[in-house]
Amino acid sequence: MKDLIIETRGLNYYFGTQKVVDDLSLKVEKGSIYGFLGPNGAGKTTSIKILLNLLKSPADTVFLFGKEINSNRIASLKRLGALVEQPAIYAHLSGEENLYNRCMLLGINRTKAKEMLRLVGLEDAASKKAGKYSLGMKQRLGIALALLSDPELLLLDEPTNGLDPNGIIEIRNLMIELATKHQKTILVSSHLLAEIERIATHVGIINKGKLLFQGTINELHDLSKPMIELELNDIPKGQEFLTTNGYQILNSTEKKIILPFISTEECGRLNTLLIQHGFTVYSIYQIRKDLEHLFLDITKNN
Amino acid sequence: MRSLLLSLQSEFYKSRKTLAFWAAIVLPLIICGLIAFGFLSNADKIIKMHFPSQVLWMNFSGGALGVMGMLILPFYVIFMAFSVNNIEHKNDTWKSLFAQPLNKFSIYAAKYLYAVILIFICLFLFALFTILSGYLLQALNSGFTFNGYSPVALLSKIYFKMFLSSLGILSLQFIISLIWSDFLKPMGIGFIGIIAGIIVATKGWEYAYFVPYSHPTLALSMTKSKNMDQLFSQEIYSSLIYAVILFVAGYFIVARKSIK
Repeated sequence: MKDLIIETRGLNYYFGTQKVVDDLSLKVEKGSIYGFLGPNGAGKTTSIKILLNLLKSPADTVFLFGKEINSNRIASLKRLGALVEQPAIYAHLSGEENLYNRCMLLGINRTKAKEMLRLVGLEDAASKKAGKYSLGMKQRLGIALALLSDPELLLLDEPTNGLDPNGIIEIRNLMIELATKHQKTILVSSHLLAEIERIATHVGIINKGKLLFQGTINELHDLSKPMIELELNDIPKGQEFLTTNGYQILNSTEKKIILPFISTEECGRLNTLLIQHGFTVYSIYQIRKDLEHLFLDITKNN
Repeated sequence: MRSLLLSLQSEFYKSRKTLAFWAAIVLPLIICGLIAFGFLSNADKIIKMHFPSQVLWMNFSGGALGVMGMLILPFYVIFMAFSVNNIEHKNDTWKSLFAQPLNKFSIYAAKYLYAVILIFICLFLFALFTILSGYLLQALNSGFTFNGYSPVALLSKIYFKMFLSSLGILSLQFIISLIWSDFLKPMGIGFIGIIAGIIVATKGWEYAYFVPYSHPTLALSMTKSKNMDQLFSQEIYSSLIYAVILFVAGYFIVARKSIK
């Protein structure tokens, strides 16, 4: 097992009497891009706030870089950068001044600010007031602020929220670059699976505070069982024929019959059988439930 | 300690383009300027009265001091307390501020200290500009008798007393501005407080010193009468006690505040 950068052990968190995080055991390995998925209000932001020690966790439940967070708050925060909800930007200061201010707080050299502006492509808008930035620019400035201290771990809460397609692609590429070239560990939350699917190496799915799935992206893919989609000239008759021959039918519509996929040989046998009994087979192919549906299934059953 | 200095430096950096910061400099400049201008344009009348030096200085500095205790200082303190906290409310930056690798208490203490420093600067400048403009008037019109008495010691003492008397209000308003992000609550509560303070102070209520808003008025009226020599009078102690207790209470509020 690789080093765990983030580990929570059976973490519970309450807002008053309402349980918002329920027995959460996150495991984020070094160098991974961990997609933290869940519908709105699932507890993603709360979990991230706990990881930032903005919300106080019970003792010995949250470990960052292998150390208990409450007793190592400052040391842990030094090694991470975060973007939580809206980027925290002072509207009356320019983009550059926002970064300078953060440099001051972190005790790092101002040249780093320029470097970050270049990295997120805000050089031209450096002296413009941040309040006048577009949503995408604000988001990028937020990421620049998170990256300023060159942290080992990045916590990004819905970083592509409100961005246009171009902006989304830029942020996505930036995240991949940071993880692959600079060996950073990234935890990125989102309610959009398609978004996470493109970048994440690991996925955690949370709903109503409970972690429903955690594993690599391939393990998530394996969860979705492959199926056969069959198009015939006579659907009702075909359906009857197949059931009498011992096939399990998962679903059928006016044009298609859906069966579980067993093997390619079995597919061929099915085809031959149908043709021998006078059916015309228009098409027969293997399908996989896409992750979007899988995600809905996983979160629905909770 | 390092956390505190870094945070304090950042407070100055953040607010150097805001009204709250410039008000500390512009407010004394304008008010002292206006009084000096008034004296200059009525120079003949004032000179004719043949005030002794000390009385002339008292008249001159009283122009600012008279309204200082009741109005300027409390309002400025309320505004400062609001503005220091509002910069984080408005930009929704409390979260990120407390997610920095800095001691939580220093972040809070730096904010409070920043407000204290600005109030100090403002009052210091009031005293300085009063003295400078007095000597400037003397230079412009030799008929005045400003040069016969040095008001430095007396004015420093009065203004320092004003400064101490404002700390109770500051701590109270600081907490109110910390809890509520809007402008009306701190202003509304502050306004009512000031009026109540003026009433209890001028009506001579025995326990007036329990009301923080009355401290500047009390401090000022004391200086006019018997307690002139006494820097640490009853209302100053009361102000300082309020300041310390509420400052500590504010920390617990801010530590919980970051939850949201």
